[in-house]
Amino acid sequence: MSQPTQEEEILAQQALAEAAATEASSEETSGLSQGQIVRKRFFGHTGALVGLAVLAIILVLAFTSVGAWGLPGWWKYNYLDVSPLVNDGAPTASLWPLAWGEHPFGQDRIGRDLFAMTMRGAQQSITVMVLIGAIAGAVGAIVGGLAGYFRGWVEAVLMRLTDVIIIIPVLLLAAVVGQIANRRDEGSWFASFASSNGVVILGIFLGFVSWVGLARLVRGEFLTLREREFVDAARISGASNARIIFKHILPNAVGVLIVNVTLTMSAAILLETALSYLGLGVHAPDISLGLLVAQNQEAFATRPWLFWFPGLFIILICLSINFIGDGLRDAFDPRQKKFKAKSAVETTRHSSTTPVVPNVPKEQ
Amino acid sequence: MTDNAIPEPEATPLETASDRVEPGRVVLEVRDLSVDFGVEKKWVPAAIGLNYEVRAGEVLAIVGESGSGKSASSMALLGLLPSNSRVRGSVKLGGKELLGAKASAIREVRGKDVAVIFQEPMTALNPVYTVGAQIVETLRLHNTISPDEAKQRALRMLDLVELPDPEKAFKSYPHQLSGGQRQRAMIAQSLSCDPRLLIADEPTTALDVTVQAEILDLMRHLRNKLDSAIVLITHDMGVVADLADRIAVMRKGVIVETGTAQQIFSNPQHEYTQALLAAVPHLGQSAESADVDVTAALAAATKTELDSVEHDELLRRERENQEALKAAAEEAAKPKGSPVLELIDVAIEYPKQGRVPAFRAVEGANLVIYPGQVVGLVGESGSGKTTIGRAAVGLLPVAAGKMHVVGQDISAAKRNGKQLHQVRRDIGMVFQDPSSSLNPRLPIGESIGEPMYLAGVAKGVDLQKRIENLLDQVELPRSYRNRYPHELSGGQKQRVGIARALSLQPKLMVADEPTSALDVSVQAKVLELFQSLQKELGFACLFVTHDLAVVDVLADRICVMQRGRIVEQGTRDQILRNPQEAYTQRLLAAVPLPDPEKQRERRELREQLMAAGIE
Repeated sequence: MSQPTQEEEILAQQALAEAAATEASSEETSGLSQGQIVRKRFFGHTGALVGLAVLAIILVLAFTSVGAWGLPGWWKYNYLDVSPLVNDGAPTASLWPLAWGEHPFGQDRIGRDLFAMTMRGAQQSITVMVLIGAIAGAVGAIVGGLAGYFRGWVEAVLMRLTDVIIIIPVLLLAAVVGQIANRRDEGSWFASFASSNGVVILGIFLGFVSWVGLARLVRGEFLTLREREFVDAARISGASNARIIFKHILPNAVGVLIVNVTLTMSAAILLETALSYLGLGVHAPDISLGLLVAQNQEAFATRPWLFWFPGLFIILICLSINFIGDGLRDAFDPRQKKFKAKSAVETTRHSSTTPVVPNVPKEQ
Repeated sequence: MTDNAIPEPEATPLETASDRVEPGRVVLEVRDLSVDFGVEKKWVPAAIGLNYEVRAGEVLAIVGESGSGKSASSMALLGLLPSNSRVRGSVKLGGKELLGAKASAIREVRGKDVAVIFQEPMTALNPVYTVGAQIVETLRLHNTISPDEAKQRALRMLDLVELPDPEKAFKSYPHQLSGGQRQRAMIAQSLSCDPRLLIADEPTTALDVTVQAEILDLMRHLRNKLDSAIVLITHDMGVVADLADRIAVMRKGVIVETGTAQQIFSNPQHEYTQALLAAVPHLGQSAESADVDVTAALAAATKTELDSVEHDELLRRERENQEALKAAAEEAAKPKGSPVLELIDVAIEYPKQGRVPAFRAVEGANLVIYPGQVVGLVGESGSGKTTIGRAAVGLLPVAAGKMHVVGQDISAAKRNGKQLHQVRRDIGMVFQDPSSSLNPRLPIGESIGEPMYLAGVAKGVDLQKRIENLLDQVELPRSYRNRYPHELSGGQKQRVGIARALSLQPKLMVADEPTSALDVSVQAKVLELFQSLQKELGFACLFVTHDLAVVDVLADRICVMQRGRIVEQGTRDQILRNPQEAYTQRLLAAVPLPDPEKQRERRELREQLMAAGIE
């Protein structure tokens, strides 16, 4: 049992007073579900919206420009086409006068169009990232949640499984899977699928090895949350185990989950780069953002743009993912409030009295 | 003790300690102290223009509800507020200005000149260091002494706070001590550097009544021994009556009334002070029946004589009690219908976890609750009262004996099985800590509606309508249903908890200390609501609490538990007017009264009980 702190008490009173002020305008409020409230809060989060917009633009640009799944794109070059060097391969795009030019991002040494390559790379990297995020997130949350909630033999089995996966080096596994996927001559269904969708195999594989850290964190979170009284209250209300896990405990653990998944997704790009660099991930002539950077590392002094553009896209994708994750976390956590001392308005009334002052626009 | 020397309190005007202590020098002087918190681009004042002073050897009590700014203003003295706060005004400690002083200067003052006793000793002591190490740390930070010397002084401090075995306590980690011992260790640490000012922030709120009485005794003894000024922050008028010389009542950030303890208790001027005094549930004082004179009852039961009360007077009071008791016995013989909850020789165990063996928390419990009856289950923490409550709703398995809930035998029911599911539709539970028992990520409307939704009673629009009705019943505005729990105050959260427990119209309600986390004034309102709902809806109730005064307001029958056993049970009047068991008597004597005079009688009685070896 703990008494609320002074500050919490004041925050609660403040929230009440504010609500009382807004209530005057709208008499009846209809009941909203948890999902509706979370959605409303998410779309009120500026950072998350910016992140979402940037990610959407990159997605559309990457998948429509050079085409995907056999569909042609609107950009005139392909990431495989070699064309004569224009202006020694330097970028032709310029801000003033605003012009796109022949090769906006420039060309590499043998004359391939860097814009097309970057777009293709972004496609590949985003695919890997999304796959890893989705698979690692889902498996980690379910394994960790079940182990933390049920304890006993379920926990013992799942956590030993996690330990086993943690101790196997990712690189070793990747080498084995890479070897199998690379036997294109064998003609098995796996090899033929791998030859055309190598990056999907890579994403799924990495997803199935990178959930372990998340599972441990989620389990720890569940261990503390399952002892809270609201779980007992839900059980007395007649809630099933599944409902308690997914409706009551998981939303409370969502902060850990989202922060970890977004970090995993950002790290996935680097992991993919490392594996590709070692020849285990995406293979030339196919390209990924990480591979682009790795391939052009010795051209850093002479053709720096070969670094700039793929790097810029890596940063943009990671940042927007992190912003979206931040927004999601805040939307699930009802306590988020920000305060700046400089722009604060003076109020003379104590927090427990209802303010008659006009509504100050809300932060979120 | 020193107070007992007064021969006839009725005849002579009451003397408080402040009259006797010659006015010492002013230790703390607070002028125009204002504290603001920044919330959403606004400065919200938590305390406005406070003025007070404390002299050496004096106890100033700052009383008010949570959120009234009493803690915030006191923490501001030491600069212990979070970064989104702002403090203005002047705070002088022995003539030296504290506000705006350099961080290093403030650090020098903290612990040495000003010490703080926190509310929750478990969280205020560092769990990875021994108690001794923490006291030695404080000592050596402020004094240039050798480790050995510091240890000697720490042992002396532990002895001073009346810990039974200072050597052992010195080597103990906080979790190895009981709640009361921890608080004593905490006090020893804060006193180790002979502070000029001691701030006690709700020092007994987290403790049991009996332990609270002991800690209050200790603080009173210490006050007489030391020359420190004490600022006591509390919401409990009972605690104040026991200890304070002067009282400042705070409300909404402003001090509304100040005066000596004598003035405030006998002649409160401000209406808020009066309301605060009225809100304290007096033991033995309920709405319908005549008052129960607990002091007299205790004296009769234990055959003790009180110096402070005339012999004849006491006899008369005892006789009154006897008569009232007879009337109550007749009433108790009425027929009642089939029991809602029946425990026959029940034992309850906490199942073993890993290497920790199973722990038997309750043994041989017999208890019957009939429809419409409220049974209070009372005991100290660790007595197993909550365990019975949790077993009654099927959250803990029954290890032996038979337990019938709403007509079904659940002693062999499977955890989360069908039978329990069935039984749970007829029971509701209100939990102790409203902030923990409501899912923080679920709007309260959904929390209230969940039992109905899961039982398939209502869906969609119908469900929303029922949620509205329940909110009306617990007197909360309907628009609150989209709020998250943290946006409500403690009392409102507990109302939500009650609404949820009522949503399936239960036959049996288990209330597990529903008011212990609330302020006294809020507690009174919640209890009132609970009582009227119980009358209106007629559910039977098992009311678990450590507070005898609370159970006295509500319960028809009272069960007293000690160390896993029910030691005494009977009607409310039997327990309060004629307690048989020594433990019950001790429990009754420990409840503080919000009246300095009556409290002195009670204290004297308690001391005699203890001296007589009734433990």
